[in-house]
Amino acid sequence: MALAERVETQPERPASLAARVVDWIRRRSGVKLSLVLGPGAFWLVVFFLIPLGVVLAYSFASRGAYGQVIWRLTLENYTRFFDWLYIRVFLVSVWIALLTTVICLVIGYPFAFVMARVPRRWRNALLVLVMVPFWTNFLVRTYAIMLLLRNEGLINSALRWLGIIEQPVTMLFTTFAVVLGLVYGYLPFMILPLYASIEKFDFTLVEAAQDLGANTWQVFTRVMLPLTMPGVVAGSILVFIPSVGAFVTPDLLGGGKVVMIGNLIQQQFLTVRHWPFGSAVSFVLMAVVLISTMAYFRVGGERRV
Amino acid sequence: MGRTADVELRNVSKVFDNSVVAVDDVSLEIEPGEFFSLLGPSGCGKTTTLRMIAGFEMPTSGEIYIEGRPMGETPPFRRNVNTVFQNYALFPHMTVAENVAFGLRMKRVPRDEIARRVREALQLVRLAGFEDRYPRQLSGGQQQRVALARALINRPRVLLLDEPLGALDLKLRKEMQLELKHLQMTVGITFIYVTHDQEEALTMSDRIAVMNAGRVLQVGTPLEIYERPSSRFVADFIGESNFLEGRVTGLNGQQVTVVIDDRVPVPARAQDGLAVGEQVTVAIRPEKIRLRPPGMERTDGCVRGRVEEVVYIGTDTYYLVRLTERCTVRVRVQNSQNRLDSGEAVGEGAEVLLSWVPETAMVLKA
Repeated sequence: MALAERVETQPERPASLAARVVDWIRRRSGVKLSLVLGPGAFWLVVFFLIPLGVVLAYSFASRGAYGQVIWRLTLENYTRFFDWLYIRVFLVSVWIALLTTVICLVIGYPFAFVMARVPRRWRNALLVLVMVPFWTNFLVRTYAIMLLLRNEGLINSALRWLGIIEQPVTMLFTTFAVVLGLVYGYLPFMILPLYASIEKFDFTLVEAAQDLGANTWQVFTRVMLPLTMPGVVAGSILVFIPSVGAFVTPDLLGGGKVVMIGNLIQQQFLTVRHWPFGSAVSFVLMAVVLISTMAYFRVGGERRV
Repeated sequence: MGRTADVELRNVSKVFDNSVVAVDDVSLEIEPGEFFSLLGPSGCGKTTTLRMIAGFEMPTSGEIYIEGRPMGETPPFRRNVNTVFQNYALFPHMTVAENVAFGLRMKRVPRDEIARRVREALQLVRLAGFEDRYPRQLSGGQQQRVALARALINRPRVLLLDEPLGALDLKLRKEMQLELKHLQMTVGITFIYVTHDQEEALTMSDRIAVMNAGRVLQVGTPLEIYERPSSRFVADFIGESNFLEGRVTGLNGQQVTVVIDDRVPVPARAQDGLAVGEQVTVAIRPEKIRLRPPGMERTDGCVRGRVEEVVYIGTDTYYLVRLTERCTVRVRVQNSQNRLDSGEAVGEGAEVLLSWVPETAMVLKA
């Protein structure tokens, strides 16, 4: 039936060029697929994979006397990294990022829980509260934290006025300040995936567990936490990865006293002009993030539902 | 029965925050080993009543006693009751065995005893061999059984079931009804069963409490509830009933006469406190009415009418018979003979005589 129709109608109406092109695309699934995936793939190749390849190539090159890249292949950039000076920077970065992640999780989980449980109209208000910081530039917000933490800042002034302290407490340019800034900056990335997970959680399971004799703590550890693990994993990764590579926050709030791996990379590229070593450090960072993320998925994500 | 009731509710009320009265002054006594149903339409307060017994909701006033002890604010995990939830509420991240073992693990029962009791519980619900499956790999009926095993393994004094068969299809539901009843008799635990399905309640229960708008209207055995409904709501909600409104004209021992529309006298079962001249409703079930062709009048209790509609439903035939201008009754006659061979016994428009045993017609005060 359909075949007969086509035979009859085709010679009568010569299709327009556009119609013929559309028809050709329709018949070729390969063409259709590349049209759908094409733009994204193009973007990834041109702006991610090629630069990544360039950086990888640089990491095996050498530095000239004036900071230019010389194509003399060497592994020196990588071996040089295994100096206690750099290892220490690296360990400090991982420690600060872990601390940031754990604090975000501890603050974010109760917040996301409340957000998922309150009536809908309150839920949107809380969601806006989480999003509001994004409306202001990150740099401006970081400077605002500096104003709060300075020796003559709001917090020290208030404490002195209340007579709690006599000498100002040094808060700015410490690890504390860096962690505070990172927690402040990345908390929404923890809250949103947690909220998505908890919102989907079936709360009759809490009643079922209570009914079977579980107390509040057991309900949380045996039922609620395992079932919201995907949110915990996603949130932790979204906070840990940018934290471990952060350079603006440690730069401003750490004031050069807290050096993280991001600062090291930035220094090598912009100040020291040792691009090959900067590239090598970037790749070490990438490898570590990749390995730790995969390990975390293994441990945290194995009992996905 | 002399013994303490397993569960007792004394003047229990529940008012929610939005000032909705969900349960209104309910008092019940549920005996040990009883299969007790809370029956009523949705929103009648039956589930809230169950949740208060379980400890998920606290009564606004009144007291709940379990095994004679007042529960007060006792949390669910300290009550000797277990619940089977409407949607089963199985833990999706645990296997069948882990789900069933959950309650015992919370009580820190030794490992080998848990293993033995899990095996027994799964055998009891005929799910041996399913230990390592996850709930999502089971059918609705199988999930239902896991939920039962998970509750029963704790050997509660009372098992609470909240419309546990609601999500199953009709055929499976009928099977599970019998299986549940059988299981209850095997384990000897008190069951409190919430349902809106009157047939389910009649099939399984030792006693039923019919609820509406937060109140208990009648408590009794299935037989009592069906044959002696105490209110129009109960007579209408459980099974079918014809309601004939009229006035009492005669009292004669076991029997009263009620005149419908000032013209048609009908007989009904006598009841205390009735007076001549009182306005009442007579409730009579369609299957209690006999239908005969005219010319066979007996002296007492025959009512003349005209057939308006005949509906054949397989097992039975329904006749809609008009008695007066304002009053019709539905009559249900069992098709004991082959209707194809015997032909249409009584057709539309035919004059018929209706009669019933006076004891089967209930007088409800209007």
